[in-house]
Amino acid sequence: MTSGLGATGLLTPLFIGDVLGGLDSIGVPVTQLLQMADSIAFIILAAIGLTVIFGMMGVINLAHGEFIMMGAYITTLSVNVVGLPLPVAMILGALGTAAFGAIIERTIVRRLYGRLLDSMIVTFGLGLILTQGTRIIFGNSLQSIGTPFGNVPGYTYSAYRVLLLFAAIAVLGGAYLVFTRTEFGIQARATIQDAETARTMGVDTDRMYTVTFAIGSGLAGLTGALYAPSATIVPGMGQSFLVESFVTVVTGGSTVLLGTTLAGGVLGTIDAIFSNLYGNFIGQIALLITAIIVIRLLPDGLTGLAHTIRDKLGERQ
Amino acid sequence: MMDVTLPPRLKRIGNKLNGPNTLGNSRAFWAAFAVGMIVMVAYPLVRGSYAAGQFSLFLAYGLLALSLSLIWGYTGILSFGQVAFFGISGYTYAIVSLNLGGPLGQTVALPVAIAAATLSAFVLGYFMFYGGVQDVYVAILTLVVTLVLETFMAQTAGSEWSIGTVALGGFNGIPGIRNFALGVEGASISLSGSGFYWFVLGILLLAYLGARVLVNSKYGYALVAIREDAERTAMLGYNVKRVKLAVFTLSGALAGLGGVLYATWGNYMDPSVFSLVFATIPIVWVTLGGRESLLGAIVGTVIIERLRLWFSVNASEFAIVFVGVILMTTVLLVPRGILPGIKDSYVFFSKHGIRDGLERGRATIQTRIRAWLESLGVGQSDTETPPSSEVVRE
Repeated sequence: MTSGLGATGLLTPLFIGDVLGGLDSIGVPVTQLLQMADSIAFIILAAIGLTVIFGMMGVINLAHGEFIMMGAYITTLSVNVVGLPLPVAMILGALGTAAFGAIIERTIVRRLYGRLLDSMIVTFGLGLILTQGTRIIFGNSLQSIGTPFGNVPGYTYSAYRVLLLFAAIAVLGGAYLVFTRTEFGIQARATIQDAETARTMGVDTDRMYTVTFAIGSGLAGLTGALYAPSATIVPGMGQSFLVESFVTVVTGGSTVLLGTTLAGGVLGTIDAIFSNLYGNFIGQIALLITAIIVIRLLPDGLTGLAHTIRDKLGERQ
Repeated sequence: MMDVTLPPRLKRIGNKLNGPNTLGNSRAFWAAFAVGMIVMVAYPLVRGSYAAGQFSLFLAYGLLALSLSLIWGYTGILSFGQVAFFGISGYTYAIVSLNLGGPLGQTVALPVAIAAATLSAFVLGYFMFYGGVQDVYVAILTLVVTLVLETFMAQTAGSEWSIGTVALGGFNGIPGIRNFALGVEGASISLSGSGFYWFVLGILLLAYLGARVLVNSKYGYALVAIREDAERTAMLGYNVKRVKLAVFTLSGALAGLGGVLYATWGNYMDPSVFSLVFATIPIVWVTLGGRESLLGAIVGTVIIERLRLWFSVNASEFAIVFVGVILMTTVLLVPRGILPGIKDSYVFFSKHGIRDGLERGRATIQTRIRAWLESLGVGQSDTETPPSSEVVRE
């Protein structure tokens, strides 16, 4: 694993640097593109776990930020204390959070299906306990691992942050494959669409809920793991993902992966432009206003728009 | 209180206060309420002015809890944004009163601050409810608005962020807000300690009784109808959006009133009123006390805040853990909150008698625990699978 990482570390910046240098010489605004890639990756990764759980199960997990924090903590501790190589630590972060999510679903969330607002409140309470519990156990911050790969050659932009865009795309693609091409995905979607019919067809719906919740939690953990090297590791770090992730859920609409992709693209671009020009706060305001406008115009979010377009095209054919 | 000997006018008021949407309507309830009020009024005389001053914070929070109970408990709209209106009002009060100075400035600042909170609630509510935003999305949007406000206020440390002579002060906030005062220069009353306590108590009492009248009126029935089934309510000819907007605006105003009292209580405002933790706290109060009970919301507030005060003195790092635990256990074990829980058990025991009631209660608890263990898959054979999997295995 370490050698693999080393090889990528050697190869990737060279490769990216060549391409970017070429683009820059023909007048492409590379710095802005890098920023956009960073923003889009952040928004997609911040939201993916939340949208899977909300889109598939209709449960808003308000401990989402804390699940991200948990992934980051497991990763950082595995590297710093146990001395595992970073990729292994990241996988461990995702898996650990997934396991925790499964336990939470079995013990708590399960009892609140059909009580949507109550499940929000309970997960909020869980989030408070996790944040403060982490602070009590591990103190106010952990030593950061440090960002691998250095800067993009020729630019002051962290190469790792740019690579995260590819990670985001890989995560979306992976989730798409799992939910559309596997036996589990089909059963899970059947459960979500009509639990009773799914049960009569022999699907263990209880298990589907647990596994789906675990996958969503695991994705949140993975996000934390991926950002562990470049973020400040503090108990409240999950909060910095909250605004973006919630805005994405609202803007994206009901179809999980399509919504996240579309919303990630649109919001990431807006965020990059406004944060770059006017600072982080105006970036957040711009996201919020975008979300309000999108909801005002498209009650079903961006996926609603996509479906309408698809239906219209279908009629024409 | 509701005696037959009361003059007709009082009786009419009494009739307006009572109804199906409040838990306590009996004469026994009002007698207990009167006793409670006497205790509350006498509190500063017994415990002294300092303790009363401390307690008046809980009462100011009570207004915030009432506002959440109206919007969430009665109308079914979960708003994380009540603290936003609370904070906006507090900040406005600070800015206006410090700019104008003197008791007249404070007198003017009070309505201006409440108007600012009301207006913000109206604008946000308009965009949400007329934009077709519903259920969880309302909760998410109000939460995001609150968090964005926190980000905004926290970055106002620079001197360019001043309104008039008042600097917004970033994380440090605005200090030096004067104690609550009403009147003009030379003929004003300034309130602190016991005086402030009685003033806040009076306002809270009026707000509580007013809210009772509201929820037991035709309008209140509409609120509950929207909570139970918004679509059907719309089919019956109610303008659901308008009713939602109106109650959201009203609850914003109520939260704003609480915000002014908060600002004058602590003599400062800082961005922590918009923080994630503070945004949750009202939800904890109302969940614990009983969201569908106005009095429950206030009682929950006092209990939680009392305990939080204890924690902040004795084990400050566990305060938030405690809040989280209370929130989770209440929703899971007493979903309706303690006041409705007490009322339910009172009704239960008076129906079955103590001994029979205890026996039934024990049986219920046993069944529940068994069902819970089963759902975890602990110690059960295949013959007793949870109901959901029964269909699967033929």
